[in-house]
Amino acid sequence: MTDTPISGAKALINCLKNEGVDTIFGYPGGVLLPLYDELYDSDINHILVRHEQCAAHAADGYARATGKVGVCLATSGPGATNLVTGIANAYMDSTPIVAITGQVPTPMIGNDAFQEADITGITLPITKHNYLVRDAEDLPWVVKEAFYIASTGRPGPVLIDLPKDITTDEFEFIYPKKTHLRGYHPDVGIDEDAVKRAASMILDSECPVIYAGGGVIISDSSSELLRLAETIQAPVTTTLLGIGAFPQSNKLSLRMLGMHGTKYANYAVQESDLLIAIGARFDDRVTGKIDAFAPHAKVIHIDIDPAEIRKNVRVDLPVIGDAKTILQSLNSHLQKMQTRSGAWLGKIDAWKKKHPLSYVQSDDVIKPQYVIQEIHRACPDAIIVTEVGQNQMWAAQYFQFENPRTFITSGGLGTMGYGFPAAIGAKVGCPDRTVIDIAGDGSFQMVSQELATVATNNIKVIVAILNNSYLGMVRQWQELFFDERYSYTDISQSVDFVKLAEAYNLVGIRAEKPSEVPAAISEALSADRTVVIDFVVDPTENVFPMVPAGAAINEILDPEVAA
Amino acid sequence: MRHTLAVLVENKPGVLARVSGLFSRRGYNIDSLAVGMTENPEISRMTIVVEGDDRVLAQVISQLSKLIDVISVSDLPSSESVDRGLALIKVAADMDTRAEILQIAGIFRAKIIDISAETLVIEVTGDKGKIRAIENMLGRFGIKEVVRTGRVALHRGTKTVGGEYR
Ligand SMILES: Cc1ncc(C[n+]2csc(CCOP(=O)(O)OP(=O)(O)O)c2C)c(N)n1
Ligand SMILES: [Mg+2]
Repeated sequence: MTDTPISGAKALINCLKNEGVDTIFGYPGGVLLPLYDELYDSDINHILVRHEQCAAHAADGYARATGKVGVCLATSGPGATNLVTGIANAYMDSTPIVAITGQVPTPMIGNDAFQEADITGITLPITKHNYLVRDAEDLPWVVKEAFYIASTGRPGPVLIDLPKDITTDEFEFIYPKKTHLRGYHPDVGIDEDAVKRAASMILDSECPVIYAGGGVIISDSSSELLRLAETIQAPVTTTLLGIGAFPQSNKLSLRMLGMHGTKYANYAVQESDLLIAIGARFDDRVTGKIDAFAPHAKVIHIDIDPAEIRKNVRVDLPVIGDAKTILQSLNSHLQKMQTRSGAWLGKIDAWKKKHPLSYVQSDDVIKPQYVIQEIHRACPDAIIVTEVGQNQMWAAQYFQFENPRTFITSGGLGTMGYGFPAAIGAKVGCPDRTVIDIAGDGSFQMVSQELATVATNNIKVIVAILNNSYLGMVRQWQELFFDERYSYTDISQSVDFVKLAEAYNLVGIRAEKPSEVPAAISEALSADRTVVIDFVVDPTENVFPMVPAGAAINEILDPEVAA
Repeated sequence: MRHTLAVLVENKPGVLARVSGLFSRRGYNIDSLAVGMTENPEISRMTIVVEGDDRVLAQVISQLSKLIDVISVSDLPSSESVDRGLALIKVAADMDTRAEILQIAGIFRAKIIDISAETLVIEVTGDKGKIRAIENMLGRFGIKEVVRTGRVALHRGTKTVGGEYR
């Protein structure tokens, strides 16, 4: 607080500090010059990325790893539009980020000025909310609201568009203590009657399955989930974004369900008589053919977003609110039940024994699944970030996740090129953790310029490329559904990833045989800087089990069955 | 099914775009939309008539409610509310037909608000059925132009929307 007028730029920095921001991922430009001039003296850590998309992804990775709001910054016009993919990605996966964009001066807005883009218009459908600041004095409450909106309720990205004159205008800075938002009330309380009904539906069920999504991680309710599962002796399956919400070593874990989920998770859901969905949104990659999803189950849907209720599926009992509060209340209504375990858990155990995740190991060629297992063996506590494609699914299937915020992946948007910058953000947010990006050769090439970011900022992550010489996931669909016509998915001979890493004065390691895998991993773990490992893996390996798009989730393709 | 929603929103730039963008992006059909300031100048009220079954209506209401600038959303069932739209109809009218058109307008309690040698402009207020009926009656004279407002609606009796926020 101060009585002497300060510039909007200085005020913004003050606002960010008031919100506890320690790091910004950004890239400068003309209209941001006054703000960057202030950043120059500020103790906020600014990480200069090499492409604005990666600033948004890094902010997203930072947010997912820490639970705090991530912040990214880009200049007007092309800088702002370069953020769009990252903002859309955060929106789909409910990640709290605040994106700040420069804008042309207010008198020029609407005149197609140099580097003008209507970024609030462009991001309307991919932000939780956005602002165009029209008066410098609005800045403090806009920033206050932006952080509040981004981080409460169902979190999401909020964008603040900042015209250049706003950053130079001076005013007396006072940071508001509270927001006054007539139309936003994230604290919806809890409907005790609904919770009681949920408890009695649980007591009445014989074959319950808990289906946990990213909401469990966002609401920090993993321990409540564990308690619920153990109390009612119900198996737990998670979505891709729910991975880490429930320990996969627990005997009640069914791992992931859906298109590339385990058979036993999908079978359990299909035969369940009660599905308890928590912070999940019945995405099509989870449900497959919607009319055939969990056909015998009553559905309890616990979610903080009322708009998710009955969006995709029928729901017998919605329970709206914060998952943590709801699960605490639900747990208090339930007694430990040992009786259920018999038939239902026995059936599930039989499925687990009969249909484990499996692949055929080889002595000559590296199997990508083996790489993941070896990474897990060497570093079970790592934060695993992924790109998109087969690499992502193998990481989801073959690592064993025990804790929330240890698996960071682009779920809803499926954004290739998310992993590496998100890994940078995760590492900056959690400097004491080992952060490993499980990458595809295609995805990594979308963002490999960020090697400069890690090199110049001394950020150590490990990029483990499962180099199959293909846009593998697309290749897999071409093999299975398009007569093996590999149209434009062969990306072999693209680049020497080892030399690429070395060109940035980083470490590059290549492993070509299964026997070289463990050494490559331990060398990477002990290196003092970012390492790119080029695992030359079997180009023909596919991700199984697989539910073809549009099929019921128990109609599963698997070589084990085909053979 | 048609539903009439009364939506209180912040009277700020861009709010209409947020609301209309939501409808188009999620594929909800807007039948009509009217917007204007309320007795509180900080708050505007939209009356949105939307087409869809109960599931769609529930989705529309909860998606609208998620917009930060939306203060409240209320469903106004036709049995518990009154609604009106207004139309201006420019109809061909000469010496021979003018008298008859005036008579029709009178029956509908419509007003003549402009007259020329060849035309009349008729202002009619009412629900959709009434406006359609007068259009049908005027059709044979030659309707040259019609402009309609969106419908506006209020609860019958003492009930209001948005309670505390207004
Ligand atoms: C930005 C973007 N473009 C295109 C796609 C479509 N797509 C999904 S997976 C995939 C292939 C990914 O290849 P790679 O990164 O090598 O991973 P792999 O599947 O081979 O492990 C593509 C092109 C996408 N998800 N994201
Ligand atoms: Mg590949």
